[in-house]
Amino acid sequence: MANISSFKVIGINKEIEDRLRERVRALFDKGVISYFIGYRGGTLPWLPRPFIAKRPNEADLLVWNSFLALNLANYAPQALREYLSGKDGDNGAKIGIVATGCWSRNIELLIKENQIDRDQFYIIGISSRGMLSRNALFSMFKDNGYPEEIIEYDHDIEFIFSDKSIKKVNRWELVRANCKSCAVPDPVIYDEMIGSLQGKRSISEPFNEIAFIEEMDADGRWQWFKTAFKDCIRCYACRNACPLCYCPTCFVDDSRPQWLGKSIEPEDTLMFHLLRAFHCAGRCTDCGSCEAVCPKGIPMRLLTKKLIKDANELFDNLDLGVYSPNDPDF
Amino acid sequence: MNSMDTPKKLIQLSKEDLLSAINGLKDVSYTVSPNFNDNAPGPGDNIIKRFMFPQPEPLLFLEREGKDMVHRPYCVISKSSLNPDDDTSHHTISDTVAETIILGIRPCDARSLWLNRLACEEDNLFSRRVDGLIIFGLLCNKGLSTCFCEDVGGGHQDVRGMDVAMIDDGDGELRLWAVSKKGLYILNRLGIYEDDIIDGLMEGATDNSHEKVGDCSLLDELMSKDMLTLYNAPFWQDIKDSCLNCGACTFLCPTCYCFDIQDEAYGKVGRRIRYWDSCMFPLFTLHASGHNPRGEKIYRVRNRFMHKFKYFIERFSHISCVGCGRCIIHCPVNIDVREVIGLMRAVS
Amino acid sequence: MKKDNILDNNYLPFAARIEDIVIESEDGSLKTFKIVFEDEADWEKWRHEPGQFAMLSVAGKGEAPIGIASSPYERDGLLFTVNRAGVVTTALHEMAVGARLGVRGPLGNGFPVDGDLKGKNIVIIAGGFAFTTLRATLLYLLENRGDFGDITVIYGARTPGMLLYRNEFLDWEKRDDINLYVTIDREAEGWHGLVGFVPQIVSQVNPSPEGARALICGPPIMIKFTMPPLEKAGWQDNQVYLSLENRMKCGIGICGHCSSGPIYVCKDGPVFTRAFLNTIPQEY
Ligand code: SF4
Ligand code: SF4
Ligand code: SF4
Ligand code: SF4
Ligand code: SF4
Ligand code: FES
Repeated sequence: MANISSFKVIGINKEIEDRLRERVRALFDKGVISYFIGYRGGTLPWLPRPFIAKRPNEADLLVWNSFLALNLANYAPQALREYLSGKDGDNGAKIGIVATGCWSRNIELLIKENQIDRDQFYIIGISSRGMLSRNALFSMFKDNGYPEEIIEYDHDIEFIFSDKSIKKVNRWELVRANCKSCAVPDPVIYDEMIGSLQGKRSISEPFNEIAFIEEMDADGRWQWFKTAFKDCIRCYACRNACPLCYCPTCFVDDSRPQWLGKSIEPEDTLMFHLLRAFHCAGRCTDCGSCEAVCPKGIPMRLLTKKLIKDANELFDNLDLGVYSPNDPDF
Repeated sequence: MNSMDTPKKLIQLSKEDLLSAINGLKDVSYTVSPNFNDNAPGPGDNIIKRFMFPQPEPLLFLEREGKDMVHRPYCVISKSSLNPDDDTSHHTISDTVAETIILGIRPCDARSLWLNRLACEEDNLFSRRVDGLIIFGLLCNKGLSTCFCEDVGGGHQDVRGMDVAMIDDGDGELRLWAVSKKGLYILNRLGIYEDDIIDGLMEGATDNSHEKVGDCSLLDELMSKDMLTLYNAPFWQDIKDSCLNCGACTFLCPTCYCFDIQDEAYGKVGRRIRYWDSCMFPLFTLHASGHNPRGEKIYRVRNRFMHKFKYFIERFSHISCVGCGRCIIHCPVNIDVREVIGLMRAVS
Repeated sequence: MKKDNILDNNYLPFAARIEDIVIESEDGSLKTFKIVFEDEADWEKWRHEPGQFAMLSVAGKGEAPIGIASSPYERDGLLFTVNRAGVVTTALHEMAVGARLGVRGPLGNGFPVDGDLKGKNIVIIAGGFAFTTLRATLLYLLENRGDFGDITVIYGARTPGMLLYRNEFLDWEKRDDINLYVTIDREAEGWHGLVGFVPQIVSQVNPSPEGARALICGPPIMIKFTMPPLEKAGWQDNQVYLSLENRMKCGIGICGHCSSGPIYVCKDGPVFTRAFLNTIPQEY
C-alpha cells in the first residue's frame, strides 16, 4: 500500500549524503557508536523520516537533503533514556547524531541544561543551506496534489506529479523564514564535520518578520492573534517537536494546579502559546521545528522570534539563542 | 467497493443556485467545506469532525448555590461571564434535534460519521446532534496520493453515509441526487425536486447504510489475526522511535473520538466541558496513584493502530479508519498508517 | 440512568448530599461517605449490583469513579469509601456533612451474584482499601446466604489502623457461616490476629477450588503474588474474578481513557475473569 518514495539528490547534498553514510557505517564498525539519530527516506518524498539506526547496514538508509525540517536534537534525550542510560554495557557506547547549526545549538543547550551528557554523543556536523517549508510547498501545489517524486539539485528542485508533469522551483523560494534569517548555519559543537563551514552570515534585517506585529497596539495584536491562531487544534505537535520542551509534565497538562483551560477558545489557546513561548525565552534557537510540524500552519514561531529580539535588546545583544561552547558565562 | 447505485435521474444545478436555495431555508444552518468551492482533490478541512465533536462541548453547567456548587443541565449564566467573545448559544445544551447541512465533504468523511455512531451512539448529546445532520457529499474525481479509502472498505465514489450525493465535473455545474430519505426530504424542501420524479428515485435512494461492508479484504484479514500476536509483534519498536507522541494524527482523524472532561469554574459559575484527547498523550491513562498502564511510548503508538485496526473491529466489526490520509499528510515524522497496516497484515 | 424531567444527558449526575462521614483509617486517607439523593424519585429508581461503581461529582473539580460500598439492600443511602489521591478525591475529603455533590451511575458490570457465583463456595480476597465493593458483595451474599456455599474472606491491610469497616468485621467474626481471615502486614502493638501479607495467608488457608469462585480486589502487586498459591491449589483462571481500576472519564465506554486493549473497564468491567483477561493486552 505504501512504498518508500522516490527522492533523488544530485550535487552538494548527494556528496554529503554519501559521506554521511560512509562515516556512520565506519563509526558503527569501529564500535564508536551503537545508535545513530538521523533521517531516512519515507513514504512521502517531501517528508523524510527521523529514525534511530541500530545496525551498521542501516547507515545506508540515511538521507541528506533540504526537507529535514524537524530538529533532531529533539530525539537525543529520548534515545539516551531508552537505549543507553542505566543499562549494563553502556560503558563507552555512544549515540551518534547528525547536527546542523541550530540542531547543534539545541544539543549544546540540552547538555547545559543537564538533559544529556556530552560524552554519550558523537556529533557529526553539517552546515545547513536552509531547510524548506512544507506549508509553502503545499500552498504552491494546491491544485496539483502532492508530488510523487522529487529531484533536488544544488539550486533547483524538481517536483514530479502523478500525471508526470514536472514543476521546477528555485529552492530559495521554499526555504523557511527562520533559515533565511539564520546567522549561524554552522554547527557550534561537533566531533567531526562533513562538508565545509560557511562562516557567520550577515543578516540585514533579522527580525523583519515580526515588524508588522510590533507596529500594532494591544488591541490590534489581540485581533491578530485571534485570527492567526484560530485554527490551532491544541495537538501539541509544536511543543513535542521542540527540543526545549522536555519537561516531564508540561504546564498545559498539569492538573494540580491546572494552569490553563484545555479548549481551543482564543483565551486558552493564547495562554498555551504565550506561556510556552516564555518558557523558551532565551533558549529558543529559532530552529523552526515547531512551525514546520504544525498541521494547521500556525505562525507560533513569531512569538519566540519576538522574545529572541527582546532578549537581545534587554541583555545587550548577547544573542542568547546562539551558543558558543567556549562562552565562559555559559 | 464503490457502491454508487446509479440513480434514475440526476439533477443538474449550479453551485450558486444550490447555495442560495440552502441559504433560503431559514431554520436550517449549514457549513460549507472548502472542497465544495474549489473541488481540490483530497479530504480537505475536517469540518465534520468539528461538528461531531465540538471542541470544547459543554456537558453541563455549574452554579454556586449557598455554600456549594451544584450541577445544572442548562445554562445559568449570562453571556459574558465565561467568555466575553462567545455567544450564548455556546452555553445551552440543546434538547432539540436541529437540522444542519454539511455541504461538500468527501465520501471518506461521510463514512466517518457512520463509524463514529457505532462507538458513540449511547452518548445522547452526540446522537442528538448528529441526528439533525444532513450531508451533501461531494464525490471525488481523483484522490490524493495519500488517499486509501478503497483499501478500508470505502471508495472515492462511495455514497454511503451521505444524504445527497454530488458530482462536480469542473464546469461549475453540479449533478446531484438523493441517497437517503432525509436527502429526499431536504431536496424537496429546497424545491429542487419535481414531484413526479420523487417516486422514481425512492428505490435507489433509501440505502445509505454501511452495513454491507462487502469485499473489504483488509477487514477480513485483520479480523482473523490473533490480537495478542499483533500486539506483541516486534515492529512496534521501530515505529515508536520516530513518533513524537503529539496529537496531530488523532486530532486530524475523522474517526478518532476520544475525549477528556474538565470543569471550569470562575467564582459563582462554571461549566463541565469535554474536549479532544488522544491516546498518544502520556497523561491519557495515568492513574492518580502514579501508575501508568501505557507509560512507555511504544504502548501509546501501538494503541492508536491497534484500536483502529483490531480492537474496534473486535467490538464493532468495522475498521475505524476511512482512509482519508490526513494522518499521513500531517504526521511530522512520516509514520504512515498504510505502512503500519502492511506490517500488521504480514503478521501471521 | 435517566432523568425524566429534563432532557437526556448521560453526563448529568443525580443531585445528592453527604449525610455522614466516617474516617476509616488512622492516617485519615480513607473516609466513608454516606450519600443521599436530593430527590426521592431519583432514589426510587436507583438499583445497583455489588461490584458496580459510580462517578462522584464535585462541581468545579470534576468526577472520580468510586466503587459502591453499600449493598443493594441498604436502602437508606449509598456508601462510598474514598481514598484521597487526586484532585476530586481530595476535594471530597475536604467536604463536610450536608455538602452537595453529584452521583452518576450505577456504572459497570458488578460481580455475577445472580449468575456464575450462585451455588458456589465464595472466596473473597482483598487488600488495602479495595475491600469496598467486596463489602457490598459480602453483604449481598449474607442476605442471600442460602444461595451460596462456604464463604471465605481473606482481608489484609498494612496496619490495624488501616483496616476498613472494623465494627462490621467484629460482627462477621461472630458468625459461624463465614471463614474470616483478617491480617496485617507486620506485627503491631495490641494486634492479636494474623500477621503476614495476603498472598501468604492465601497459601496458608489454601482454599479449595472445588465448586468455588474467588473474587479478588487489591493493588496490582498483591494480585500478582496471590495468583501462584491459588494456581498451586488447583484454581483455574475462569474461577477467578478480578475487579480492575483504570483512569476513567466518561464511565460509559466512549472516551477511551479506561481502555485496556479492546475492552473498556468502565463499561465491560470493572469485573472480569482472569481467563478473559489473559486474552487481551494487559494495560491496567
Ligand atoms: S500551533 Fe499547530 S502544532 Fe501547535 S498545538 Fe496548535 S495546531 Fe498543534
Ligand atoms: S480518501 Fe477517498 S473519498 Fe476521501 S478524499 Fe481521498 S479519494 Fe476522496
Ligand atoms: S487513521 Fe488516518 S487515514 Fe484513517 S481515518 Fe484517521 S486520519 Fe484518516
Ligand atoms: S486512535 Fe486513540 S485517540 Fe483515536 S479513537 Fe482510538 S484510542 Fe481514541
Ligand atoms: S504518529 Fe506522527 S502525528 Fe501521530 S503522534 Fe506520532 S508523530 Fe505525532
Ligand atoms: S471511562 Fe470513558 S471509556 Fe471508560
